Formats: sequence, structure tokens, C-alpha cells
Amino acid sequence: MFARLSLTVAPGETVCIMGPSGVGKSSLIAHIGGHLGRGFRSVGSVTLNGVDLLALPAEKRGVGVLFQDAQLFAHLSVGDNLAFGLRAGLRGRVPRQRAVAQALEQAGLAGFEARDPATLSGGQRMRVALMRALLAEPRAMLIDEAFARLDSGLRAEIRGFVLEHIAARKIPALMVSHDDQDALAADRVLQLRP
Amino acid sequence: MIAARALFLLLLGAPVLIGAGLTLGTALGWQPGIGRFDLGWQGFAQAVALPGFASSLRLTLITGIGATLGSLAVSVPLGVWLVGKSGAVRFLTPLLAVPHAALAIGLAFLLAPSGWAVRLISPWATGWDLPPAVTTVGDPWGFTLILGLMLKEVPFLVLATLVAAGTRDIAGQMAAGRALGYPPGQVWRLMIWPQLYPALRLPVLIVLGFSLSVVDMALVLGPSNPPVMAMQILRLFGAPDPAMAQPASAMAVILLGVMALSLLAWLAGERAIAGLGRIWLRQGRRGRRGAQLAGPFMAMIGVVLGLGALGALLLWSVATFWRFPNALPSGFSGRLWGSADWLAPALSTLGLALASGTIALCLSLFWLEIEDRTQRRLHLGWLIALPLLLPQIGFLQGLTTGFLWLGLPPGPLAVIWAQLLFVFPYVMIALAGPWRALDPALLATAASLGAGPTRRFFAVKVPMLAAPIATAVAIGIAVSVAQYLAVLLPGAGRVRVLATEAVALASGADRRLAAIMALMQAALPLIGYLLALTLPLWLHRNRRGLRGGAT
Amino acid sequence: MKKLVVALGFAASCLLGTPVLADWAKTVADAKGQTVYFNAWGGDPRTNAFIDWVSEQMQAHYGVTVTQVKLSDTAEAVSRVQAEKAAGKDSRGAVDLIWINGPNFLAMKQAGLLAGPFLTDLPNATYLDLAPGSAATTDFTIPTEGYESPWRLAKFVFAYDADRVNDLPEDMAGLGAWAAAHPGRFTHPNPANFMGATFLKQALVEMAPDPEALAKPVTDAAYAQQTAPLWAWYDALRPNMWHHGRDFPENESAQAQLLADGETDFAMFFDPAAPAAMIQQQVLPPSVRVWVPKDGSIGNMSFVAIPYNAAHRAGAEVVANFLLDPATQAHMQNIDVLGSYSVLDPAKLDAAAKADFAALPSAPALPTLADLGPTLPEPHPSWMTRITEDWAKRYTQ
Repeated sequence: MFARLSLTVAPGETVCIMGPSGVGKSSLIAHIGGHLGRGFRSVGSVTLNGVDLLALPAEKRGVGVLFQDAQLFAHLSVGDNLAFGLRAGLRGRVPRQRAVAQALEQAGLAGFEARDPATLSGGQRMRVALMRALLAEPRAMLIDEAFARLDSGLRAEIRGFVLEHIAARKIPALMVSHDDQDALAADRVLQLRP
Repeated sequence: MIAARALFLLLLGAPVLIGAGLTLGTALGWQPGIGRFDLGWQGFAQAVALPGFASSLRLTLITGIGATLGSLAVSVPLGVWLVGKSGAVRFLTPLLAVPHAALAIGLAFLLAPSGWAVRLISPWATGWDLPPAVTTVGDPWGFTLILGLMLKEVPFLVLATLVAAGTRDIAGQMAAGRALGYPPGQVWRLMIWPQLYPALRLPVLIVLGFSLSVVDMALVLGPSNPPVMAMQILRLFGAPDPAMAQPASAMAVILLGVMALSLLAWLAGERAIAGLGRIWLRQGRRGRRGAQLAGPFMAMIGVVLGLGALGALLLWSVATFWRFPNALPSGFSGRLWGSADWLAPALSTLGLALASGTIALCLSLFWLEIEDRTQRRLHLGWLIALPLLLPQIGFLQGLTTGFLWLGLPPGPLAVIWAQLLFVFPYVMIALAGPWRALDPALLATAASLGAGPTRRFFAVKVPMLAAPIATAVAIGIAVSVAQYLAVLLPGAGRVRVLATEAVALASGADRRLAAIMALMQAALPLIGYLLALTLPLWLHRNRRGLRGGAT
Repeated sequence: MKKLVVALGFAASCLLGTPVLADWAKTVADAKGQTVYFNAWGGDPRTNAFIDWVSEQMQAHYGVTVTQVKLSDTAEAVSRVQAEKAAGKDSRGAVDLIWINGPNFLAMKQAGLLAGPFLTDLPNATYLDLAPGSAATTDFTIPTEGYESPWRLAKFVFAYDADRVNDLPEDMAGLGAWAAAHPGRFTHPNPANFMGATFLKQALVEMAPDPEALAKPVTDAAYAQQTAPLWAWYDALRPNMWHHGRDFPENESAQAQLLADGETDFAMFFDPAAPAAMIQQQVLPPSVRVWVPKDGSIGNMSFVAIPYNAAHRAGAEVVANFLLDPATQAHMQNIDVLGSYSVLDPAKLDAAAKADFAALPSAPALPTLADLGPTLPEPHPSWMTRITEDWAKRYTQ
């Protein structure tokens, strides 16, 4: 796969990684997030705020991911999807409900708590997925071709929504894509070659 | 990982190997129980010298291989007819739940010379005031037994075909084949089915192993003088003279050998047929486009026989007296339902099924979750296949002795363990597919949200797979309810279930009691399937993303 | 409480001077709370119902639970005890009480698998005719020596449908001619089963040139001589049987079902009341009657025995004793209950018990003792083993 890569992403910055299919863009995301299956080998290190990520299991890394299909849990309502993401540190039924409602409001989906995720449109699903990821208070975000499946009209709007929210939280974000529009929206672009 | 492997080997592998080992030991003359240690081949000599050994062996081969070939042959046109038909899989799955014993008893009531089929057309069409002097049930060639086995195994093979077809673009291939001028049946036989066959191999070999060693169906539908080998072995184990355990075990070892040889012959036959098929295929003959009626026709025969058997059971269960050649009983009464002792065996059947089904589910989940967490396969697939391929009679009697040595007396615990050997493989097979098909991105998302492995297991995997889990448990219950030898031998008569009661009563004088037991035996797994279909639907009544295709 | 009963028992033994009774009081005390696994052939619903009744009575009067382990063949229980001995399980065995007869009894007795002798410990044994050689002390010519207790009378009878059969044969020899005149209408259970073997024995007893020879253990010479007429007769009969004599019903129940279905015209039982009972159960048509060969038929008593390693021996003995109670026997002989003939010696009953028996109802298919004719003695069990083995060799192809 791709040759050596050295990259530092500042808080609030979004870096877009471009490259042809099979170069290992998604593997890079999975590697950073801790979702890479057995059978991959890597050299080098990944640190976040000085912490060696590779030593931690995925759930301890504090790295949020947005996938292409939003990956909402089909067995949970929209509200419960968000509650699943909401950090456990926030205690009590009422404060948690309030946090979920607030997040939905920010996503322009106020009152959607009881909805079945399967009834949402693509854009709505992606917004819920982002809010769910942010409720977990990640220290970094990864975006894996998340906007590729949306209609071209909707794509810009959702992309803007996502990047805006990430920037507002002042966390570093890494996005892989082969859509030039995604690259334009990012702060920095990196081309990967085999 | 090592601990997990050890657990599965101990729980599922050891019983089979110990059982088979003790059977082999007994066959070679090692009988510490009656103080015999004269090692030698005389057990085998005795077995071969038993009256009717050759006929019994021939009968076993005819019924075993005949039922397997027949089932596979029938499953091909049924497959082409049903592939792509939505709901076919869902409709077929409950059919698998009909227990062998219940089906056999119903068929016997239908097809005997004095059975319901003849009663329906006598004497007005046939002139028969007495049952015709022909042999149907228990015929010396075992044809009725083959028919019964096929009725049970064809849905299994068709289901396996459809599941295998589900992962491929059948419609596209069919279109491509037809565009080349081949009629659909030809495309199926020459191009699609051969691709599916690798996925059918294990199911076919399971059918072969089962057909070669079936006892409960053979008791009801097969000839008795001599019977098939498995039944002869059971008789010998039950003989008053304990020395007969040696030829019985020897015969069980011979049956094991017959199974191994048939399996090898089958694999060789596969290659031969594949070769012939390729020769045919290279000639490019398109074949004539016949009317595609074979599939529906076979299905109709199956449905008529199945409904006839069920109808005969229902009628007998409420009949007062039913004299030949009346088409219907002279009166109806629910008296026996009220007075017959079917509740106790039904409850113990249910209890055993829930116990073995739940344990099998937990073991399967544990197996799959261990694989997920270590990202390594356990490589114990043979553990799943072994109990299904080996003739049951070849290790269950040895296992019962082995249990006794371990201090596990005959009783419910021994039965649950023995049943687990057969329930676990089916639960595992049913669950592994959907489990491994779960989108890894979904689990990665959960992990990125801070959910550790335990939370991912309970909050994501289990609820999202509720429907496949429920189906797997229903399958487990159905397998458990159908077990006959696995209750009879390790239960040592103390554990009364519907299967053993039904088979014992099938040779009893009161057909109505046998009908009641058989109906209850058939009803339990169907109720299980109904719950497996409806419970997840209710649980996920507001979740469109989890409905459909959830079997 | 247990101590008290033991003390009472001890007091009673002092008073009466009969150690037997003292032991019995202790047995009854030990039995309380036990669950007796009664391994009994389970093919007859009426017998099963009777055992259920016994269970209720035992529960009510003795605090003993009786659980019937329904066997399809008594040999299952025998091999179970053997398997336990094989595994070194010499106590707390799974089988407490077995309904047993003939070869199975001989096999267990010879292998030392039976507990006892216990028969004379049972208070109700006083109602039996225990003279040496009497039916209550002999099982298939084998002296029971107190290792078995009788509970019901067994006598071989045929059942036939009087609506269809109007030319009954006179004896077993005549049955061959009848089958020739009505091909396919006669069969018998597989001789691997007890009832099939009994059918062959009935023919043997009738046809053997020297019936005395059958009482002794079989020898090659005696076997050849005594069975020659039997096999000649059977060779002629077999082709005229149901399914051309290639296939046989598994047991008497399956055969009775064939009679009910009209597939054959005869059934056979070892319980003369069985046909009447099955008519009442609406299993057999009301036109079924009992037929016994004119010179009589073989018969014996059915026994119960206790395995050497029984977990609940005391309970098993109390059950065996209860089965011999005159009230139990009269209840059992009632056609509405079981219809099985009593094993008690009428001469030893008191007036009340005699009246109980006299008041029992009757039924058209229920033969009187006179209808049943003389009881022919069972051959020595070695004959039965030999005949069934020989039959399997001759006719299993």
C-alpha cells in the first residue's frame, strides 16, 4: 500500500486524503480508529494529544468515525442511538434526555427522539450519525467517504454541517475521499500514491 | 482462546470420541462390566454370522443411499422452481421442524394397506371390503422408509440450495444462460446448480449419514425381519444376554465403516458426474424446453403426503372406533386428549428442548464472540460436523456407559448433554451466517463511540441479531424434540419424551394414543418457530430496518 | 417418627414372636418417602392406568411414589441393570422393580442381579399357594426361590373377529389348514418378542412327541426330536401368512392393531381379559371373541423382581406386597379396571375377599375360567431361547 506518511493534524483542522481505489485510504482510517482486522501489518506510530493510540483498544481511543452508511443502529430509536453515543459520565435520566434533545435540535431534527432510523432520509441519517459521534466527545474525528452516497445537492449542505461542527469543537479531523469537492472543503489536502 | 478450545473439545468432542471408542472397545471384546477381556475379532464374526446380516446390510445401503440420491434428485427441480420466490425460505424452515417420528407415524397411518388412503377410496372405487394383501409399510426393500426419509430430507436440501443461491446473482446467470439459448431447467442443472453444490456437500453428507443410521423412522416404516442395521444394533443392545453387546458394538463399528465407505463412494461419484456433466456441456446441446412442471409436481406430492399424514394423525387422535373401510371414524371424541398421559412427556420434552437449546445458544454465542474478540477462527468445524455425520447408534450406547463411569447416571442431565451434541451444530450453523454477515462498520462505529466489547455484544450484536437468534433457538428446539436415540439410550427409560412415547405407542394397540403423541411432538417445534417469527417482529415492531430477510 | 415405628415394630415382634413382621414394619418405615422406579412393559394403556392407580394408593397409604418406566421390552431393564453392574454401580441403581418372566428372570438370577429372596417377607404372600412346584413358585419351570413375587395370571389365548371367522380351527394343527384356506389372514408377532415366542411354544407343547422332555433343559438330541413336527407345520403355515410370512408385527399390540384394521383375523394375548378390555377401549370391534385350542394353552404367572442394586428396595417390597393384597387383586380382576386374573389361591381367602371376587362384573368377550381350558406347563426357558434363535436362522433372509 501507500509509502511512508507523516502527518500532523492541528485541533480544528480538517485534512482530506485523496488517492486512487486500493491505495489504502480506508485502511488508514481503520488503523487510526482501531478497527483494522487481523492480517494487516503496519510500522510507525499514531499519537493523539501525545497518547499512543495504537496501544489502546478502539473504544478507549476517543476517535469518532463517520462511515458512508451513517451506521445507525437499526434496533434503536433515533434518540437511543444518540444516547448510546452520549458519554457515560453524564448521569441521570433527565440531563441525558436534555443532551439528546439539544443535539437533535442542533441537527435540525428536534422532536425526532422516537423515530425509527429506517424512516429517515440520507441527509438526516448522516446528521444523526455526526451528532451521535460528537456526543461521545471524541478527541479526533475520522470521516470515511461519508458523503459519497448523498445526492449532489445535499452533499455540500451535509458536508458543511459536519465540518462546521467539527471545527466548532476544535478537534482534529481526517477525511478520506475521492471527491474533489470534499478536498476543496478541507483545510489541507494530501495525495496518496501507491 | 486455549481455554475456549478446551471447553468445546471437552463438551462436544470428547463425548463423541469416548462413545465411539467404548463402542470399538466393546466390539473388540473389552467388556469390563461382565468381566470379559478376551480381545479379538470374534465380535465381528458373531455379527456377520447373525441371521439376516447380509439382507440387513443390503437394506441399509438401499435405504440410506436411495434416500440421499432421491432427495438430492428431487431437490434440483424444486430448487429451480423455488429460487427467487420470496418467502420460500421462510416457508421451508418450519417444514424442517416436523419430527421424523411424528411424520413416520402419520405416513404409516396413511399408507398402510388398511391406511387412510385406501380407506378413502374403498370399497366404492376398489371393491375392497378388507385391506388389500399388499405390503406397503414395512416392505422388504424399504421403499416406504425411503419415501419417509425423502419427505423429511428434501426440504432440508432445498433450503440449503436456496440459502446457497441467495449469495449469488442467480437471475443474472439465468438470463445469461437463456440468452445463449438454454432452457431454464438446463441452465439450472448445467451452470447454476454445480456452483451451488459445494455449499450442499455437507448437508448431503449429513443426509447420507442420517439415512444410513436412522432408527425411529425405520422402526415405524421399515421392514422388521431383518430390519436396517441401526435397528438391529438397537435390538441387540437390548437383548437379555449381556454378551450380545459385543456383536452389537461390532455391528455398530461395521455401520461406521459402511458410512465411511459410502461417504468416499459419494465423493468419488461426485467427480464422475461432474466429468460427465462437463462432457455434456461441451457438446453445447441446448435440450428441449419441456414444461417446467417437475418442481410444482414434486411439491404437490410432498404436500399431499404431508397433509395426508397430518390428517390421519388428527382423525385418529379424536376417533372413537374406525373400522376398515370407512373413510372416517364412526364417531369423534376428545376423551383420550383428556385422559391420555401426554402432558408429562410433552413438558419433559419442552424442558429438555429449552435446556439444550439455551445451552447450545450460549455456546454458539460464546464461540462466535471469542472468534470476534481474538479475530481468529477456532478451527473446530469438525466438532460441528462429527456428531451429524457419525451414525448415532455408533457412539450413543458407548457414551451412556461413559457417562456412567463419569458418575453421571442415566437421566435428564445425561440426555441434555447427549442432545447438545446434535442441537449445538444446527444452532451454530443457523447463527454463524447472520453473525458473520453483521456489518463490521456498525461495530466499528459502536467502538468509536466508546462501547467496549461487552457493551458491543449486549447492546449491538445481540439485539440486532434478535431474529436470527430466535430462529436458531427454534431450530435447536426442533432438533431436540426430534431426538429419539439421544433420549432412549442416555435416559435409560427414566426420561419420557414425546419421541420415545410416540415410537413405543406406534407399535402399540391404540393408534389414537400414538397419534396424540405424534401430534404433540409435531406441534412443539412449530410453536417454537411461530414464536421465533413473531417475537422479534413484536420486539422490533417500530424498526423497519430489521424486518424482512431475518431468517 | 421413624424411631417410633421401629420401636413399635420391635415391640410387635416381641409380642408376636415373628421376626418377619418385625422386619416388615421396618421395611414399611424405610419405604416412606421413597420413589420406586417400576420398570414394566408399557405397551398396554390399561396396565399403565392400573399402575397409576397403584401409585396413587401407595402414595396415600404408604407415602411411596411409584413411577412406571415404560419399557417396550423387558430386556431393556435387564440390560440396564447389567450396564450398571458393568460400570460398577452396585448400589443406588436406576431400576427398583421389574415386571419380569422366564428367560429374563433366569438371566438375571444366574448373573446374580436380583435381590432376595424376599417373597416370604411379604405379609400378603400368605394368600399364595406356595407349595413346591406351584405356579406361584415356578417361572417357566424355574423355581423362583423367593426372588420373584407374582402379581397377575397370564394364559395364552387367541382373539378373533367372530363377524369374519366362522370356521374356527380346533387346535394349532388346525390353524395351518385354516391359514391355507384363508391366505394372508393370519400372522403372529416376531418371535424375538415374547408373544411371538409364546405362539411357537404353544405349537411346540401341542405337537412335541414327548411333552415331558420339554420340562428339562434342552439338549441337541431332544431339540431335534421334539421340534421336528413344529417346523414341518410352520414351514407349511408360513407362506399362507400375512405378507407371505416375510414380515411380522413387532409385538402383541401391533398384532391387535392388525386385527382391528381387518388386515388379519387373529390376535393373541397372554392375558385372557385383554380382548374384552380392548373392546371397552374401542380399540377392537365388539365382535371380537376369545379362542383357546381345545387341549388348553400354556400359562404362568407374571412376576415382579427387585434388582440387587435397587436404590429403593424397601419401597419396591412394599409395592410387591401391595400388589398381592386381596383387595388389589380383586380391583385388578375387575374388567372395568384391568381384567387380569388373580394369582391368589381362592382357598386361602377369607369370606369378604371371596365375595369381592364374586361380585365382579362380566363382559361378552370375557372368557370364564371353564372357557379357558386346562393350563399347559411352560417348557424350560432354554427351549424358548433355542426356538427363537432357530426361528431367526430359518426364516430371516
